[in-house]
Amino acid sequence: MTPVMDWSAAEIARKVRSGEISAAEMLAASLERIRLTDGISGQVGLTQWDEAEERKVHAFIQISKDLAEAQAAAVDAKAARGEDPGLLAGVPVAIKDIFCVEGTHTTAGSRMLANFRPPYTATPVQRLIDAGALVVGKANMDEFAYGSSSESSAFQPSPNNPWDPTRVPGGSSGGSAASVASTEVALSLGSDTGGSIRQPSSFCGVVGMKPTYGRVSRYGMIAFASSLDCPGPLARTVSDAALMLQVIAGEDPRDSTTSQQPVPDYQLALQQDVHGLRIGLSPDYDRIVFPDVETGEIGTEPIQAEVSRAVYDAAEQLARQGAEIVEDVPMPNARHGIPTYFVISRVEASSNLHRFDGVKYGYRTAQPVSDLNELYRLSRAEGFGTEPKLRILMGMYVSSAAYSHQYYLRARKVRAMIRRDFDTAFDPAGAYRLDALLTPTTPTTAFKRKAVYGNSVLMQYADQMTVSANHAGLPALSFPGGLDGQGLPIGLQLIAGDFREDLLLRIAHAYELATRQAAWRSAVPEAVRNEASK
Amino acid sequence: MGPDRITPELFDKLTSLAALALVESEKEYLRAELNHQLAAVRELSEIPLEEDILPTLHGLAIPPKPSRPDVSDAFPEPGKIVAQAPESEEGMFAVPDVAHRKSEEE
Repeated sequence: MTPVMDWSAAEIARKVRSGEISAAEMLAASLERIRLTDGISGQVGLTQWDEAEERKVHAFIQISKDLAEAQAAAVDAKAARGEDPGLLAGVPVAIKDIFCVEGTHTTAGSRMLANFRPPYTATPVQRLIDAGALVVGKANMDEFAYGSSSESSAFQPSPNNPWDPTRVPGGSSGGSAASVASTEVALSLGSDTGGSIRQPSSFCGVVGMKPTYGRVSRYGMIAFASSLDCPGPLARTVSDAALMLQVIAGEDPRDSTTSQQPVPDYQLALQQDVHGLRIGLSPDYDRIVFPDVETGEIGTEPIQAEVSRAVYDAAEQLARQGAEIVEDVPMPNARHGIPTYFVISRVEASSNLHRFDGVKYGYRTAQPVSDLNELYRLSRAEGFGTEPKLRILMGMYVSSAAYSHQYYLRARKVRAMIRRDFDTAFDPAGAYRLDALLTPTTPTTAFKRKAVYGNSVLMQYADQMTVSANHAGLPALSFPGGLDGQGLPIGLQLIAGDFREDLLLRIAHAYELATRQAAWRSAVPEAVRNEASK
Repeated sequence: MGPDRITPELFDKLTSLAALALVESEKEYLRAELNHQLAAVRELSEIPLEEDILPTLHGLAIPPKPSRPDVSDAFPEPGKIVAQAPESEEGMFAVPDVAHRKSEEE
């Protein structure tokens, strides 16, 4: 019999709704899996731990057992009364610790918010709870979502990659991806500003979607870069990602940037094949363009060969299912995505971080201070880690009166050019008429811990393939596309037009079905294998 | 190596504006990383801009109309908000003295 925690979210909900298993039993199974695989939760100030902890996943900052028990009891009570307990009845979920959840600490992975207990719950989390999901814990992440490895969290140990614990799970939603990959939970809610859902999904071999800007409410999500931030699902299958998106998507009167566009039935999309869909490949996503940090000289390198091959293999699979593959689609401005992001995301981040001042909530210095200014300066210096400080300073510099024309205004124009590349590719009357673009999610598979951390430029380039969809506001999905020679997951990305999440799900689902028998599909992450063998 | 755009003097000015009292040991790393990032950003100045391109604030147009009237809605339990403050007095946030500027006093 399949272990309970290997069940998909859809399977769990079906069984809880039919009374085959209770939500309380599901919660117990999830907590037991976490006990076996996760090890100690991240803590501020922790610098040493037992060697055995090096092999653990450490996806969580906090396990919210009491909260989840109350939610499970509510689901089971509803089922006992003959009421429908919801689309996600009894499904254990991990919430990235960037979302406010009443009854938990909400830290954004920062010392600044280590003691913050929000008085309300974020809209997408509330929708999950209303649909019967069980919030089992808050997932670790890069501090304020600033990073691509989760190593910058103030809560250590930061998460490891379940496939190889000497490697990072990606970031910033690293705890989310690791918790789903190691079957501690079935689903996780993440957030994506430059690739923070898709890049860790790729590194951990799970499905992750950045929806269209405005598709999912950000009420109750701690802001990073407000013109780019999108909450979205992480799951082990495309249909589970579709199910979760169904629950969290849609207008919210509490977030004026949410779209009033109706939410389609994503499960219906999964029933359609890819016959006749036009899927593009671009040479501009087959290489990385990277500057020398000392000279600024631009160099070009091919992406990891196995990743590139996986993209072409997937295109072949989809062609066999009846899709039309369109090669050589030019995306000339994709290479400018990271420099543009360095400017826009930092300007917005520094603005959003001004609110943390040691007065209304969060960290306040314990040192004696002479006046309010000193309180601000010390509280911010002690409460923020290195990466937020760097982003504040960079954002202030490039938006200052003397330099904003050279940097910020120019970046906003390049951003419009990045969007125009996609408009051209998706134009139904244009030369390419694409339904979606197929690319790698990341230039390489998961890198080693400490291999990149500390080099803020190299770390940012981990998002080179993902960041353009954020600039353009478009939906993009990362899904597993095989393993490399070291047994590490390869992620493939699909990008579609505004509000065409249905197309992304439909194509990725077709690929998933076509590769169901592939040998790599039966591979199990090391963290799970270790437990199964005991 | 090109000139450091962010000199130690400019760096100190930025940290002051950012309200960050940094310790010496982190200053050098942060300044070096800022200069590395600016080197990476330099290519922006070399991109030929399309003539008709307008700067954008969002990739996707934000919704044309707000989904509710712009009316404030008081939080039902303000005590829960004030309870998060590091220091409060009689339901209000408490702070040390606000600094006085000499120029204002004169």
